[in-house]
Amino acid sequence: MLDVVITDPLFAVEVIFSGLLSGIMYSLVALGFALIFKASGIFNFGQGAFVLFAALTFVSLLNMGINFWLAVLISLAVMIAYGIAVERVVLRPLVNQPLIILFMATIGLNFFTEGLAQTLWGTEVHALDLGIPDVPWNALGDATGLYLSVFELVAAVIAGVMVVALALFFSKTRTGRALRAVSDDHQAAMSVGIPLQHIWAVTWAVAGIIALVAGMLWGAKLGVQFSLALLALKALPVLIIGGFDSIEGAIVGGLIVGASEKFAEVFIGPYFGGAIENWFPYVLATIFLLFRPQGLFGERIIERV
Amino acid sequence: MNFRTLALPVIAATAFAVSTGGQAFAQAKEQFMPINAYWTGPYAAGGSAFGGGMIDYFKMLNERDGGINGVKLTWEKCETGYKTDRIVECYERLKKNGPTGMTLFHPMSTGGTYAVFERAEKDQIPVITLGYGNTAGSDGRVFPYLFPALTNYWSQNTAKIRFIGSQEGGMDKLKGKKIANVHHDSAYGKETIPILEAQAEKYGFEVKHYPVVHPGLDQKAIWLQIGRQYKPDWIILRGWGVMNPTALKEAARVNFPRDKMVGVWWSGAEEDTVPAGPAAEGYIAAGFHASGTEFPVIQDIIKHVYDKGNGELPRERLGSIYYNRAVVWGMVSAEAVRQAQDMVGKRPVTGAEVQKALETLDMNAQRIEGLGATGLMPTFKLTCADHEGGAAVKFQQWKGGKWVQISDWIETDQSMVRPMVEAAAAKYAKEKNITPRSCS
Repeated sequence: MLDVVITDPLFAVEVIFSGLLSGIMYSLVALGFALIFKASGIFNFGQGAFVLFAALTFVSLLNMGINFWLAVLISLAVMIAYGIAVERVVLRPLVNQPLIILFMATIGLNFFTEGLAQTLWGTEVHALDLGIPDVPWNALGDATGLYLSVFELVAAVIAGVMVVALALFFSKTRTGRALRAVSDDHQAAMSVGIPLQHIWAVTWAVAGIIALVAGMLWGAKLGVQFSLALLALKALPVLIIGGFDSIEGAIVGGLIVGASEKFAEVFIGPYFGGAIENWFPYVLATIFLLFRPQGLFGERIIERV
Repeated sequence: MNFRTLALPVIAATAFAVSTGGQAFAQAKEQFMPINAYWTGPYAAGGSAFGGGMIDYFKMLNERDGGINGVKLTWEKCETGYKTDRIVECYERLKKNGPTGMTLFHPMSTGGTYAVFERAEKDQIPVITLGYGNTAGSDGRVFPYLFPALTNYWSQNTAKIRFIGSQEGGMDKLKGKKIANVHHDSAYGKETIPILEAQAEKYGFEVKHYPVVHPGLDQKAIWLQIGRQYKPDWIILRGWGVMNPTALKEAARVNFPRDKMVGVWWSGAEEDTVPAGPAAEGYIAAGFHASGTEFPVIQDIIKHVYDKGNGELPRERLGSIYYNRAVVWGMVSAEAVRQAQDMVGKRPVTGAEVQKALETLDMNAQRIEGLGATGLMPTFKLTCADHEGGAAVKFQQWKGGKWVQISDWIETDQSMVRPMVEAAAAKYAKEKNITPRSCS
C-alpha cells in the first residue's frame, strides 16, 4: 500500500480528491436526513425514497415536454406539498409519541413513497441531462495532473451553497430558531407558543426541496431510476460520523466517508480481494460510535439522573 | 318433486364442479405458464420487459393460433423484486397451478436459479435459464431438469474473446494484452472468472478482476485503478442494473475508450446505455438475440395484441433488447410445449413431459423461420447430455442512440467450454453423491 503512495503520490492525491467529491454527493442526500433529525429528532428512513420521487417527478415532467425551469418549479411544488401531506397524515397523529414510533412510521413512509413514485411515473430508466458535462476538467488535469469531474465540482459548489443557506436559515431566521427549539423539546417549545405542526410542515417541505436537488444531481449522474432510493445506504455512515443533527456534520461526514472509502478500496482493498468500499464506511462509523457516539458535530447527549 | 329436492343436488353438483371439476373442464384446454418477474424495485426496468414480453408472446399465440394445438396458454404474474427468497416463494406458490401444474420455470435470476433447481428436479419441473444461471447445468447427465439453454455464460465469454481477437487482428495477437474484468460482486458476476482464467492461459493475455459491490452507485475507486494504474487494452463489463451506466460514465471520466469495452448481455440493453448519455457512445455488448421490431414474430405481436389494446407495455418498448429477449424466452417455452405435445399428444403436458421434449428440442433455421424469428435468435439444439446448445453470439455497438449489429453470429468455443462444464458438473455430482444418468 505504502509503496504505491510513495511511488505515485499524484495518484494517491487524485484518489483522495475524487473521494472528497463523491463524499459531497453523499452529503447532498445526508442533508435531508440531518435537517429532519435536527428539527424533529426523527430519523426519516424514507429520505432516499423522497430523492427517487423528486427525481422521477422532475424527469417525467421534462419528458412530457415541459420547460426545464417550469419542471423545476412544479417538482418543487409537488415535493413541498408531499412534505406537508406527510406531516398532516403521518406525523401529526403521532405527536408526543416515542421517537421509535415516529421512526417506524417513516419506514412505512419509505415503502409508500417508493410505490407511489413508481405507480405515478413508471419503472423505466430515464436519462437526465442538466447541461453540466460529466467529463474530466482537462485544463485542471493538464496543469496539475488531477483529472476531476466538472459535474462533481459543480455539485460540490451546489452542496456548499445549500449548507450555507441552511446554516443561515437555522441561525438567523425566526422559523429556523423555532425549529431548533422544537428539536430540543417538543413540549417545551409548544408551551412557549411555537406551533409545532407548522414547524414540522416547514421542515418536511424543506427536506423535499433538498431531495429534489439531490435527485436531480444524482439522477444526472446515474440516470433516474429506482436505485436512487438506495442512496440512503450511503448517507447513513455520513450521518453517524458527522452527527445526525448537524448540517455541517453532513458535509464533513460526507467528505470523510468519500475520501476514506476510495482510499481504502484502492490501497487496502487488494488485500481483501477488492469490493470493500461499501462496508468500509460502516466500519469507520462503528469506530466513531464507540468513541464519539454523537458524531463529530452532533450535540452531546447529557442525561442527568 | 319439490323445488328443494331438485335444487339441492343441482347446487351441490355445481359447487363440486366449480371446486374440482372446473379444473377437469380446463384440463383439456389449458397450459399454465408462471410469469415470475420484477415489476418493482431496483431492476424493474428490465424485469417489467421480461414479464411483459413473455405474456405478450403468449397472448399472441392464443389470439393468432388459439394457443398451442388448441391448448390455450394461461399464466399468473408473481412479483419477485429480483429477490431470491421471493423467487422461491413464487415457485412454491405457482407450482401446482393449472391442470398439469407448472409447465416450466424461468427464475429470471442466477441466484434464484441456484435456489430452486434442486427442488424443481424433485417436483419434475424443468428450469429454463436462457442467457443466465448455473453454467454447470449445461451437463444434462447431472442436471436433468436444468436448462441453461442457447448459450451459457462461459460459451458467451469464449465468443467475446474471439470477438476481441478479431478486433486485434487474430487470436495470436491477444498475447501480452491486458483485459480488465469489471464484474458485479455476486454469483452471477463471478460466474465467468474460471473460463476467463483458462482463456488467458490459452491465448497468453493477462486478466485482472475488479469486483463492484451491489448496487454500484459509485465506482470511482475501481475506475481510477483501471484508468490510471492498470491501463488495460480491453475491458469486459459484467454488470447489472445501475452498475452499467455508472461504469460507462466512470470509463468516460478516466478517458477509457468505450469501443474497447465489451459487455455481457446483461450490460447491453437500452436501460444500460441511455442513462449514461454520451458516455455510452461506441460501447460494445454481446447478445444472444437481436433488437428491433422488423421480425415477423414481433409484427404479429403488434397486430394481434397491441393493435387490439391488449399489450403489457408501452409500444415504444417493443423491439428493445430486453423486450426481444423476453419474446425469445417465450418462444423457447412455447416450442418446448409444442415438442412435448408432438411426443405425447395434443393436450396439456406435464413438467416431466416438457423436460423430455426439451432434450430433443431442435431450434433449427427452418423452425426459427416458421416462428418468424429469422435473424432474431441463433439456431441451437439440445440433447440429453447437452442442455445448452452452445449457440453463437452477436455483437452490437451503441451508436447514435441505438444498438447497431457489428458482427455476424460468432461461434462459441465448445472445445474449451464443454470439458469445463463436465468437470464442474462432475464436482457437483461428487459433492451431492449423484450418479450421472446415462445419455447414450
